[in-house]
Amino acid sequence: MITDFIVQGTQMLLVLLLAPLLTGFIRKVKARLLRHRGASVLQPYRDLARLMRKEVVLAENASWLFRITPYLIFAATWVATALIPTFATGLLYSSTADLIAIVALLGSARFFLALAGMDIGTSFGGIGSSREVLIASLAEPAMLLVVFTLALTAGSTQLSTIATFMASPEVGLRVSLGMALGALIIVAIAENARIPVDNPATHLELTMVHEAMVLEYSGRHLAMIEFAASLKLLLYTSLIACIFVPWGLAVAGAGPAAYVVGTITYIAKLATAGVLLAFFETATAKMRVFRVPDFLGASLMLGLLGTLLLFVSRSL
Amino acid sequence: MTQTMVILMSGIVGFLAVAALAIALGRSGAATRIVYGASSGISLVLLAVVVARIVNGSPAISFMTLPLGLPWIGAHFRLDALATFFLIVVNLGGAGASLYGLGYGQHETAPHRVLPFYPAFLAGMNLVVLADDAFTFLLSWEFMSLMSWALVMTHHREQNNRRAGYVYLVMASFGTLALLLAFGLLSGADGHYSFEAIRAGVHAPPVAAFVLALMLLGAGSKAGIVPLHVWLPLAHPAAPSHVSALMSGVMTKVAVYGFIRVIFDLLGDPAWWASVIVLLLGGTTAVLGVLYALMQHDLKRLLAYHTVENIGIIFIGLGLALAFNANGMSVAAALALTAALFHVLNHSLFKSLLFFGAGAVLSATGERDMDKLGGLIHRMPYTSFAFLVGCVAISALPPLNGFVSEWLTFQAVLQSPELPQWSLKIIVPAVGGLLALSAALAAACFVKAFGITFLGRPRTPAAQHAQDVDPFSLAAMFTFAALCFAAGVLPGFVIDGLSPVTLSLLAERMPVQANAAWLSIVPIAESRSSYSGLLVFVFIALAASLAAYFIHRFASRALRRGPAWGCGFAEATPMAQYTAGSFAQPIRHVFATLIFCAREEVDMPAPGETRPARFIAYLRDTIWDGLYAPVAVAVSYVADRLNVLQFLTIRRYLSLVFLALVTLLLVLTIWS
Repeated sequence: MITDFIVQGTQMLLVLLLAPLLTGFIRKVKARLLRHRGASVLQPYRDLARLMRKEVVLAENASWLFRITPYLIFAATWVATALIPTFATGLLYSSTADLIAIVALLGSARFFLALAGMDIGTSFGGIGSSREVLIASLAEPAMLLVVFTLALTAGSTQLSTIATFMASPEVGLRVSLGMALGALIIVAIAENARIPVDNPATHLELTMVHEAMVLEYSGRHLAMIEFAASLKLLLYTSLIACIFVPWGLAVAGAGPAAYVVGTITYIAKLATAGVLLAFFETATAKMRVFRVPDFLGASLMLGLLGTLLLFVSRSL
Repeated sequence: MTQTMVILMSGIVGFLAVAALAIALGRSGAATRIVYGASSGISLVLLAVVVARIVNGSPAISFMTLPLGLPWIGAHFRLDALATFFLIVVNLGGAGASLYGLGYGQHETAPHRVLPFYPAFLAGMNLVVLADDAFTFLLSWEFMSLMSWALVMTHHREQNNRRAGYVYLVMASFGTLALLLAFGLLSGADGHYSFEAIRAGVHAPPVAAFVLALMLLGAGSKAGIVPLHVWLPLAHPAAPSHVSALMSGVMTKVAVYGFIRVIFDLLGDPAWWASVIVLLLGGTTAVLGVLYALMQHDLKRLLAYHTVENIGIIFIGLGLALAFNANGMSVAAALALTAALFHVLNHSLFKSLLFFGAGAVLSATGERDMDKLGGLIHRMPYTSFAFLVGCVAISALPPLNGFVSEWLTFQAVLQSPELPQWSLKIIVPAVGGLLALSAALAAACFVKAFGITFLGRPRTPAAQHAQDVDPFSLAAMFTFAALCFAAGVLPGFVIDGLSPVTLSLLAERMPVQANAAWLSIVPIAESRSSYSGLLVFVFIALAASLAAYFIHRFASRALRRGPAWGCGFAEATPMAQYTAGSFAQPIRHVFATLIFCAREEVDMPAPGETRPARFIAYLRDTIWDGLYAPVAVAVSYVADRLNVLQFLTIRRYLSLVFLALVTLLLVLTIWS
């Protein structure tokens, strides 16, 4: 019980610590790929500290919703991230929410962010919110179909159970899982506002989605939002890692050595994912907003095909 | 005849007495308070009686026969588990709407057109749920329809309302006709009208198929299944807002009750293919309903279209329950039916709440058009908070109640690979995908509804000078918001409360939830799936307060107000904000181009011309144009042709009558 509690606590702190690092690492790799020197991998921490020190400049007609939204988004994302097995399965509170509920928690965060975008009443906020809900309206069903595929394979929507099942030798190579992986990667790219769906580095009005919604945020509020965005990136990376590369995950009740191994492999997985994402982003260009539905439609189709295959035969 | 039944019946008589009193009071000033106060009191008593039944866990079925109606049959009433649950929905909605009416009704310009019908409408809905023979059921159903029609026609001088009332009347009579035929088939040639006899009878497969189709037409048109939904978005918004809340939140549920009563209870176990039809209709209804809603800019009409979506979700649950039940998977069937019933309760809560909110906006600003509102969060803080709770709940976001019922429906979808039929194997995951799509689109729809109406800057002086509404309306809204929250964080109690219903209909129930750790809900087993709304709420609250505390302790607390970033332009007019139409434009572009033939036209004047540029978005209601318009044209064509019959001489009429008689006799001889 005590160990479980410590593991759960460590996990919650670990994700907070690692999230900005992952963002900084990806930026560094991207810069190096473009033959820039790039900022230090610790730059996101410095950015957060700087934002927290600055005063908040609030638009004149901002309401209470605008002011509490950063904390709500941060809290929902943090809770969701804390429920994903990172270095160990069998988290104390894993029965709180299964994978469907984790997806829905992120949906809650997005709901409030989209509302905050509309609170000030500028066109930028509106454009961001309206595009964000379009992307979400396709990404969320795709994600749920991926969840269906995983749940039908592992016989559970509980992440710990899924991760344990995926680490067991009886899984083998399956077509449906390949489709689920493809769909999940596309969803992860869209949900985290990465190229080619959105560009995290842009401030060009016509192409912004996420940045347009948060344009009016500043100071500590912006810090919370940026932190939540980093956490969400970490969440999706951990999710893909714990489902599709579950090796090294410490099982519940294992000794300290297993936890150390789990942590090291986890960090290695994050680094690999970060390098891959940086390569992908450097090699592609952002697409038009109305091409995004085609891109996400592909993931929806992959998810549906994966699920249908499993309804046809449980071993595919 | 038990004490409970006596109380329930006296309550219904009480409603009718209040209706009579309202006629007597006429336009007197106190009438509004008396009628709504009395209705609210009676609803609360009825609610207490049925809730007590569930809390005491008394499964006993109560009967009552009154010497009314057909002389040799009488009127039968029966209170079983299913009726108990739906009486809770009806009277909870009734009590809330009456409380709201105490305040909202003061703004009514024609109270004498509302007050007599309102309690009678409540009585009608209670009677439908209690009826235990076909005659009483149909009579109560028709009474309920007529009373709600009268309420829709309250402001009958407005052209749109008259059209709404006409379409509603046509659709309601069509629905009742279908129900009449369905009960005719069920009671058979011997005419056993009591449900007891129908339940005991054996129904041949073709009869069962016809009954299913007729119930889908009859109850489905009242509930709002696509393509029979057309009257609903016209009629629900036309009524006063608390009546809209009752019609959308409660009357559609009474229709669902009718469907469940006949298909699950009276008909016996339908064949598996029935579930295919129900699932496909449910999935289509869910997605089309929310797409229709997204295209609206009238707040109340948006809510009414969204009811169509939720009816789709409920029918998906019912379809799954039929599929599992037909294949003997009773545990999964109980899960699916529980999910559907839970959604019935949830929808009655948040849809009433949202209609109350829309009514509050309407009475504060006189506007239903979202494009003329905006910024109300500053002027109406309490209303906007309650409306926000409703939006989060209906968008199926944790930790509120809408998520729980959709989560249960998803869990039921995941039980389906064991189904043996191939068509079900393919349809169920597709319907699961449609359900996920409609949930995501619902969130988009309510970001739009709340964002355009309550956030941003006011677009008209009416919105700029709005004031928050009276305490009665606020009390009703906050009660329902609290109930949405309670059902979201303590779903186990609701699920346990639903177990008598699934036990009586499917002889199976979901596992007892009250003992689960942390009040989580566990549909099958904890290793498969579990969800704890309470813990999710506690964690979010803790994490948010921790973050806020940390930030306010260690980070800068300075705050300055400044103008919004305008990209170098001076402050634009509030009309330059995103509108309901522009917010939905990307979704319209992606989804509605095919479904609603959406088209955009930009009319840009040449350089030097002084006329304004124009942007026109065209939408077609494909279902109306494709299905109803041709029927309407055909009917009026035939009516025109038959019009000659009105001006014949008596000789010709007599010969026509004689001819008809001969034909009928001929048919009869050939038949036998």
